[in-house]
Amino acid sequence: MSGDIVVIAEHRDGAILDPTYELLGRARSLAAASGGEAIAVLLGSGVAGLAGSLGAAARVIVVDGPGLASFSPTAYQAALVPLVREREPALVLIANSGSGMDVAAGLSAALDLPLAAYAIDLTIDAGGPLATCQLYAGKIQAKVRFAGGRGIVTAVAGSFPAEAGMGPGSPVIETVAPAATDDRIRFVDLLRPEAGDVDITRESVLVSVGRGIGEQENIELVEALAAALGGAVSSSRPIADLGWLPRTRQGGKSGLKVKPRVYLALGISGAPEHLEGMRGAELIIAVNSDARAPIFSVAHYGVVADLLDVVPALTARVGG
Amino acid sequence: MDYVVLLKQVPDLAEELEIDADGTGLDREWLSFVASEWDEYALEEALLLRDQGHGGTVTCLALGVETGDVDELLATCLARGADRVIKVGSFEAPPDSHTAAAAFADALAHVHYDLILTGVQAIDDLDGQVGPLLATRLDLPHVSVVTHIALAHHHTTVTVHQEYAGGIVAEFEATLPAVLGVQTSRETPRYAPVSRIRQLMKTATIEAMAGGGGAGSGLVIEAMAIPETGSTAEMISGNPQAIAERIAAILSERGIGTAVAR
Ligand SMILES: Cc1cc2nc3c(=O)[nH]c(=O)nc-3n(C[C@H](O)[C@H](O)[C@H](O)COP(=O)(O)OP(=O)(O)OC[C@H]3O[C@@H](n4cnc5c(N)ncnc54)[C@H](O)[C@@H]3O)c2cc1C
Ligand SMILES: Nc1ncnc2c1ncn2[C@@H]1O[C@H](COP(=O)(O)O)[C@@H](O)[C@H]1O
Repeated sequence: MSGDIVVIAEHRDGAILDPTYELLGRARSLAAASGGEAIAVLLGSGVAGLAGSLGAAARVIVVDGPGLASFSPTAYQAALVPLVREREPALVLIANSGSGMDVAAGLSAALDLPLAAYAIDLTIDAGGPLATCQLYAGKIQAKVRFAGGRGIVTAVAGSFPAEAGMGPGSPVIETVAPAATDDRIRFVDLLRPEAGDVDITRESVLVSVGRGIGEQENIELVEALAAALGGAVSSSRPIADLGWLPRTRQGGKSGLKVKPRVYLALGISGAPEHLEGMRGAELIIAVNSDARAPIFSVAHYGVVADLLDVVPALTARVGG
Repeated sequence: MDYVVLLKQVPDLAEELEIDADGTGLDREWLSFVASEWDEYALEEALLLRDQGHGGTVTCLALGVETGDVDELLATCLARGADRVIKVGSFEAPPDSHTAAAAFADALAHVHYDLILTGVQAIDDLDGQVGPLLATRLDLPHVSVVTHIALAHHHTTVTVHQEYAGGIVAEFEATLPAVLGVQTSRETPRYAPVSRIRQLMKTATIEAMAGGGGAGSGLVIEAMAIPETGSTAEMISGNPQAIAERIAAILSERGIGTAVAR
């Protein structure tokens, strides 16, 4: 086993994604503690040019092959399994994204390496790697170690500063062909979201509503509040899934990342996937009937109350 | 087309969670359990696919865990329209994902399937998602965070969407058999009347199969804790009018609310 820390780079449209930089920044400090290198692994077809964007790594391994032109769970797994087996890094860091979930659990099963999922912190001390992971939608945190001292970690986006992984540098660049291919899953197309009636990423006041709203007809209440505040209504995922608001209003992991001046979180529990999209808001005010709701750990102001009482009162107050 | 759906119960987050005396697990004594939300989407998708012209059977598998009520979970599957339900292995407490995947792999050696649907994730997994772990054990392809499942007429491939950040979606074609981690169903999961579930719990056949043994997650839990919420937030209390007054003041300090016309 080496002390190396491997980061699987995620990229789209010719750019490295932020979660990769977040991991790379942390990989640098972990590698210093483990006496190894921070290694970025970049899979793709004709992607050598992107290696230059991974200057914070000590080494970039470019796995280049036509079957890797777009992400495919099987193609990535086939290419990565032999590579990780051979290099025996101390840690493999993967973003907990749609594709990252496939890659991490696939590698864990194929290589018999333990996997710590939904990590929000990761350090190395005398006992080896120590990951802090979220469970129960953020209501519990667990500190875990790997029985054999090495493993795979998927990290929740936003857990580490991206800037630390963006530094310039001149990493050693190794280009290899994938040792194996598997085309049982074939990429067909990348579909982009249609523009909505409102662009919630540009609004300065978001009145955001979650499942705590209870009934579809109550959406009117938050529409009225948003109007009174000169803002727009956004939502958590279940509200979009229910069709109570358009998908374009959804903030979070699979929705949009928003950074308004004010974010009112009404009846939103604050699951990690939701926080991922809104924790950067300048001011967060949360109203939730559950005092233990994780949303209160990112809120600046919190109210433990029924939103159906608070919202009309607030609308009357600001609209009056 | 034969579909397998994996389902489980998880603690109801509306109830308060507590840590056990060891400080490394949940205190399960007072927990109440509900079906894992994403598993209900997986079942709904399987039923829709079966009933929208592709035919075949829907078989639901759950681990035989002593916490919660697996029989009720499986009876609910039957009440919603599943053809067959199977309880796999026997566990005192919900096992880790690696152990669960090993148990399902054992059982699935005896069940025919073309498509295995799981929930994309569950709130209690620490060592990753069962879907891709199981797929790799069975040497099947897998896609996580899936919506829009469409079967080809010849039933040898399936087309799915995988969701990424920012509303971006990849469309994939997968060769069957495959494992999909379902993020959401096209329709809200169908309702099954409680009376029907009760009745099925008495009369229906819940098959049992062996499975499990020894996989383990390879993780050592050092400590579990309930993170402090609200330690950084300033909490506002009072009656709704007082709360509204305070929030309005906070907003108006920032020029938001009555003070600004847009
Ligand atoms: C791959 C993946 C991607 C995801 N992407 C997203 C995403 O982009 N965005 C997103 O939001 N989620 C996303 N999720 C889902 C996420 O895990 C949660 O399920 C979701 O955020 C929960 O939404 P919620 O807070 O509205 O509902 P719940 O978690 O059900 O919370 C409802 C809250 O309302 C409170 N409440 C109930 N009644 C009242 C009342 N009368 N007054 C005040 N409070 C009340 C409750 O205490 C509770 O805290 C994703 C999940 C996965 C697996
Ligand atoms: N004990 C279990 N019984 C039945 N299905 C399970 C079990 N554990 C996991 N699954 C399935 O795998 C999905 C992902 O769970 P998890 O890996 O725990 O996130 C769940 O949504 C279920 O579909």
